[in-house]
Amino acid sequence: MTGLSWNLLENIEQLLSYHFMLNALRAGTIVAVLCGAIGYFMVLRKQSFAGHTLAVIGFPGAAGATWLGLSASVGYFGFCIAGALVIAALPRTGRRSSGLGGYGDESAVIGTVQAVALACGFLFVSLYQGFLSGLTGLLFGSITGVSDGQVLALLVAGAGCLLVLLALGRPLLFSSVDPDVGQARGVPVRLVGAAFLVLLAVAAAGASQITGSLLVFALLVTPAATASRLTARPGLGLLLSVLIAVAVTWLGEGIAFFSPYPIGFWVTTLAFAAFLLAAGYRWGLDQLGRRRLGGRLALSGSLSGAGSPAGGSAP
Amino acid sequence: MIVLLASDPVTGLASMLSQPFVRNALLAGTAIAALSGLVGYFVVLRGQVFAGDALSHVAYAGALAALAAGLDLRLGLFAATIGVGLLLGSLGGRAVTDDVVIGTVFAWVLGLGVLFLALYTTHSSASNGTANVNVLFGSIFGITAAAARTAAWIAAGLIAALLLIARPLLFASVDPAVAAARGVPVRLLGPLFLAILGATVGEASQAVGALLLLGLLAAPAAAAQRLTPDPWRALGLAAALAVLAMWAGLCLSYAAPVLPPSFAIIAFAAAEFALAAGYRRLRAPGWLAAPSGNRARPVHGPPS
Repeated sequence: MTGLSWNLLENIEQLLSYHFMLNALRAGTIVAVLCGAIGYFMVLRKQSFAGHTLAVIGFPGAAGATWLGLSASVGYFGFCIAGALVIAALPRTGRRSSGLGGYGDESAVIGTVQAVALACGFLFVSLYQGFLSGLTGLLFGSITGVSDGQVLALLVAGAGCLLVLLALGRPLLFSSVDPDVGQARGVPVRLVGAAFLVLLAVAAAGASQITGSLLVFALLVTPAATASRLTARPGLGLLLSVLIAVAVTWLGEGIAFFSPYPIGFWVTTLAFAAFLLAAGYRWGLDQLGRRRLGGRLALSGSLSGAGSPAGGSAP
Repeated sequence: MIVLLASDPVTGLASMLSQPFVRNALLAGTAIAALSGLVGYFVVLRGQVFAGDALSHVAYAGALAALAAGLDLRLGLFAATIGVGLLLGSLGGRAVTDDVVIGTVFAWVLGLGVLFLALYTTHSSASNGTANVNVLFGSIFGITAAAARTAAWIAAGLIAALLLIARPLLFASVDPAVAAARGVPVRLLGPLFLAILGATVGEASQAVGALLLLGLLAAPAAAAQRLTPDPWRALGLAAALAVLAMWAGLCLSYAAPVLPPSFAIIAFAAAEFALAAGYRRLRAPGWLAAPSGNRARPVHGPPS
């Protein structure tokens, strides 16, 4: 609750005069770019459940590392990447069950694994006496929690991730949109999928340090969902997803600095507001297109895919 | 820990049962576990594990909203979970298959929960620091006698309601189209079941916490499905396995206080699932190809 004035520039100057805020903004920017880009592919590949699970696995990792006297970053990255390799190694029992809702049996297994991971995190926290006050930060994030070393680690991890994503971009997009055709054209679909899961794990581990393990999912899924409401073009969608994630993180951190409420709440709420705006815009476009094209055309347009702009998809 | 292990098991168990807080935990825990096992079987059968996950986020936000408003925690817990359960169920007929949308909404609901947590800890004079941990991870050894009795009554009522609709629900879950054609009110059963699931989530979060209750719903049910293809036997087995995990977890946590009870309960439930999956794999090597259980029942000769 530092003094908030009507002069926006003055506020920003004040905000930037704190070292922890600078670190939070640096880390937040890296994480937002990473989550926006990788989240876009995650939504495209319908691997939200994997993203959720990987984010949650970061919590026992960080709690265990703290208990053993190591840096929390080691636990986040170690556990998330190990989890990604395990998920990649699991046999695929049907492509349709890889979505978030999943089919009964496989999602029951993932749910059990998730609950065990969280239970282990709770065990580590209670084994490490007196750490209960840090639990909230670990789960829901805190704005003061990012150290210089963590920013450096994030920068290295983030740059590496983006380079791999850049190299992987075309085959990844190809194998995400149509895995069968990708396979037939010689794209190593399984290898690309495993590499993508590792990237997802690094993004989840990085984001855990800003928003906490439980709210990572918001930064991964919401900007991507918002972008996919606005455009069907992959390149533009990717860019929008990154821009929305960065905007939401900057605004959330700025507001959290001047308010008594936690950063996790602001980031998730701003992201959700952006999603609602985009969904409303999409709905408005659809209504307009329906009126313009008449009943039959609009019906076929809305059936052929929610992502395509209603006005432009007329045959 | 030393007391229970050094003396013989009978005296150890007797001294454990002489503790009032253990008796309360056993009463509430048994009722909650039986309910979770029964409801969990239908959750897994209907492929609604994600709905359970989503409702657990709602449980957290609801409980902390009630605390922030100065109300009884359970009021917010049940109002939020049953309300959202009904909402999810009544939307279920239309296209809510977009998991990304559900994920987006529930990520935000969890963010709301954090806001209520901040409101509660900074503004409420009667705040206690452990409330957040209790809602997230449960506090079954801290449950009072009155609360244990209430929890047992609520669980008994919910079990009765579930058993009342069990037969049509099973039919509607296995084959909704045929069930609807035979006059089963499929569109009514969906919201009703999700309301029961919501109340179960509210109940179970008192024992193992909002974050861990998914394990109590999913693990015993998934284990039971691997052990028998018969739906009624699997239903009973799921409840029995959940109760067993609860008892074993409570005993272990009492014997070794360093292990939190909710951790021990979830660990036992997961171990049951792992054992059942291993057993199934030994019996029928093709289970991965036929997870529905049809292959476990070979046909012995032509029907007479």
